[in-house]
Amino acid sequence: MEETDLVVLWGSNARETHPIFFHHVLKGIRRGAKLYVVDPRRTSTAQWADGWLGLHVGTDIALANAVGREILERGLENRAFIEHSTIDFDAYRASVEPYTLAEAERITGVPAAAIAELAENYAKADRGIICWTLGITEHHNAVDNVFALTNLALLTGKVGRYGCGLNPLRGQNNVQGGGDMGAIPDRLAGFQAVWDEPARTKFERAWDCTIDMKRGRRLDEMFEAMDHGEMTASYIVGENPAVSEADRGRTERLLRGLEHLVVQDITLSDTAQFAHVVLPAAAGWAESEGTVTNSERRVQRVRKVLDPPGSARDDMWIVAEIARRLGRDWGTPQAEAVWDEVRSLSPMHAGMSYKRLEECDGLQWPCYDDSHPGELFLHARLWETPVQGPKAPFFAVEYEPPLDALDEQFPLRLTTGRRLDSYNTGVASGQYRSPLRRGESLDISPHDARRYGLRDGEVVRVSSRRGSVLVPIRIDETLSPGLTFMTYHFEVPTNVLTLDAVDPKSGTAEFKATAIRIDKVEEAVAAAGA
Amino acid sequence: MIAPERPLAAIGTVSLEIDGTDVRVPEGATLLEACRSLGIATPSLCYLENLTPVNVCRVCVVELEGSRVLVPACSRKAENGMKVRTDSARVRLSRKMVLEFLGSTVDVSLSSEFAEYARRYGAEPDRYGAPAGPQPLGARDAAVAGHHHAPAGDVAENVAQPVKVDNELYVRDYAKCILCYKCVEACGADAQNTFAIAVAGRGFEARISTEFDVPLPDSACVYCGNCIGVCPTGALMFSSEYEMRRAGTWDEKRQTKADTICSYCGVGCTLTVHAQDNAIVKVTSPLDHDVTRGHLCIKGRFGWKFVQQRPIDGA
Repeated sequence: MEETDLVVLWGSNARETHPIFFHHVLKGIRRGAKLYVVDPRRTSTAQWADGWLGLHVGTDIALANAVGREILERGLENRAFIEHSTIDFDAYRASVEPYTLAEAERITGVPAAAIAELAENYAKADRGIICWTLGITEHHNAVDNVFALTNLALLTGKVGRYGCGLNPLRGQNNVQGGGDMGAIPDRLAGFQAVWDEPARTKFERAWDCTIDMKRGRRLDEMFEAMDHGEMTASYIVGENPAVSEADRGRTERLLRGLEHLVVQDITLSDTAQFAHVVLPAAAGWAESEGTVTNSERRVQRVRKVLDPPGSARDDMWIVAEIARRLGRDWGTPQAEAVWDEVRSLSPMHAGMSYKRLEECDGLQWPCYDDSHPGELFLHARLWETPVQGPKAPFFAVEYEPPLDALDEQFPLRLTTGRRLDSYNTGVASGQYRSPLRRGESLDISPHDARRYGLRDGEVVRVSSRRGSVLVPIRIDETLSPGLTFMTYHFEVPTNVLTLDAVDPKSGTAEFKATAIRIDKVEEAVAAAGA
Repeated sequence: MIAPERPLAAIGTVSLEIDGTDVRVPEGATLLEACRSLGIATPSLCYLENLTPVNVCRVCVVELEGSRVLVPACSRKAENGMKVRTDSARVRLSRKMVLEFLGSTVDVSLSSEFAEYARRYGAEPDRYGAPAGPQPLGARDAAVAGHHHAPAGDVAENVAQPVKVDNELYVRDYAKCILCYKCVEACGADAQNTFAIAVAGRGFEARISTEFDVPLPDSACVYCGNCIGVCPTGALMFSSEYEMRRAGTWDEKRQTKADTICSYCGVGCTLTVHAQDNAIVKVTSPLDHDVTRGHLCIKGRFGWKFVQQRPIDGA
């Protein structure tokens, strides 16, 4: 990051949401790297950019395809890399043909010259990195959005080499580690598929059991199954879906409808209010031993500094106790022994002993043996002759507008995100006093404040097609007309408003694009009385 | 087809002589690094590995053959053929004077390094007389540059003043500030790039200030606490530590430290958690860690309260 020539932060407000990552971006900027920020809001991140592309919410594919088309139009693509390392380029080229600069400007609202500038500078940079966050993935076509960005890296040969690449900036401290350990419906630790016979057999032998080959359910599919009565019990560990899931009314109804709900958490969260059994847990990062994996695939040690309060117990102890009651005695598992078992079954973690993790400040997978230094970046194989393994495919993708359409009834676009001092549902971040914190608000542009005759701080009723909340207005000069912003850190149940339409490929809901209306409270009260 | 490789760092070396001993160091190394590679104890107050040297404290000065003045070891790069003396009478006197000037004007009681340096160089800050009384809150911040009259000489001028407490997270005790600039660097181009503080005033009136001396909540401060992380004298202090010290409960002998990983976003910052009596009292980060280089954000540094505000069973 510090030695690249150009960084594109697409749908990411890293200055506030990944502040220490952004320190590394700033080091790069100070060495002369250019920064482009693609975000509907002119965030504090965008204020560091050489170019800000303030697109309309959900028009990312139109913009990315236009960037791709412009690169081709000017002959700036890496022809040798495309021929050597990729497939399906012709279909991609045909697919971006309609996305002229003029057409993209019409759809996205970004001036054609700004799109052309990004295309030219990204293509010409020797090294370039594209990073994204939930601005790309919290859409109904999240995976297509990601493909639109990977296409640009393939087009210019900016993958598999130092100072280049495609980086999703992970939102939680161990969301990468969860996936690594098999918290994906059809995977075991190390991304080994349950339907891969040799891999499955290896696990079955180690665990002396039979593993069901059937693919499990994603989070969105679990709620779907609850809705259809196919899933009647749930065991939720360290998650607060009652607040964090889109369409809160529906989520609460489904949780309430469960025959049995177990919640294991460090605090009595909103979700725990629906539980039949609550298991008080230790705080993983300070009260237990183990590892987490960060956004750059770096496995690092967490250590016990404190004893957990009262009868709160380490997650591992709780799971082993439940196993015991179910008739399986696992003894008293210790973190390092469990990790060594992971290393024995997951080749990409094999070289990461606790000792090495300590000595090396963590290691980045894959790390196959005790002498492997870990990998700084992936996909270098694409540059080998011949290419090792399959070539990288282009995926032709088309722009589709957000599902929650704007109309006369719901004319404003609401997008959601985080603020610097707060985090997700506020279970953790709400407990310290931040001088920066101003509570929840609906941030709107000065233009819309004038248009609706709203004062800064005035409480209004914000309604979507699913529900409504009362929230004060904050006038924010970084927002364009028609765009509004909220978080879900505070008591205001923002996700009453959002749509639970999910991307069929990833299961992520479209938190970033809700159609809303603002009503003056007196008017809303009057309307209710009429 | 071959991917362009990561460029290799320059690996040339330079040879020089320090206190009569030949030493070879990597190109670009400073005299301070060269001294430390020989195990020569070299004092430093304004230098830190994760910040750009600013050469303000002058306590690391060494004698360089051919140089008219003493040179700061923290920023002077080693060159082939240099002859350096680190323990000459001239060096010892200069270091002693620097330590005495600082020690007589600033409360350095919380700097463990300072006491050790003062012993080593025989510094006697008290010989400048009894300290002048503290100035009222804000007096030094209102000072304007201009002509100075010679002091009467019966007391030692100093920067004593009340502690600034204007937010929940950290306090600023500028009676302890030696103007090493580390906080300014960490807030500025070396790490955080927020630029909430700078040095205001000139000469003895120089002090660290927010823009127009506004309270922190009205300033650009984003409470990353990276200024606290680099402060060598306790002038910048976590409110948690400040309150415990005032209550007389701060006891480093009873404290443990362990490195773990922040529980917030996916960057994976290493937190060094300092705990006393099974409660977190402050959070820092190792200077040499690849991810943080010692720097954190407001959540990592201050956002830990939730672990010890949980209801205990039955409570």
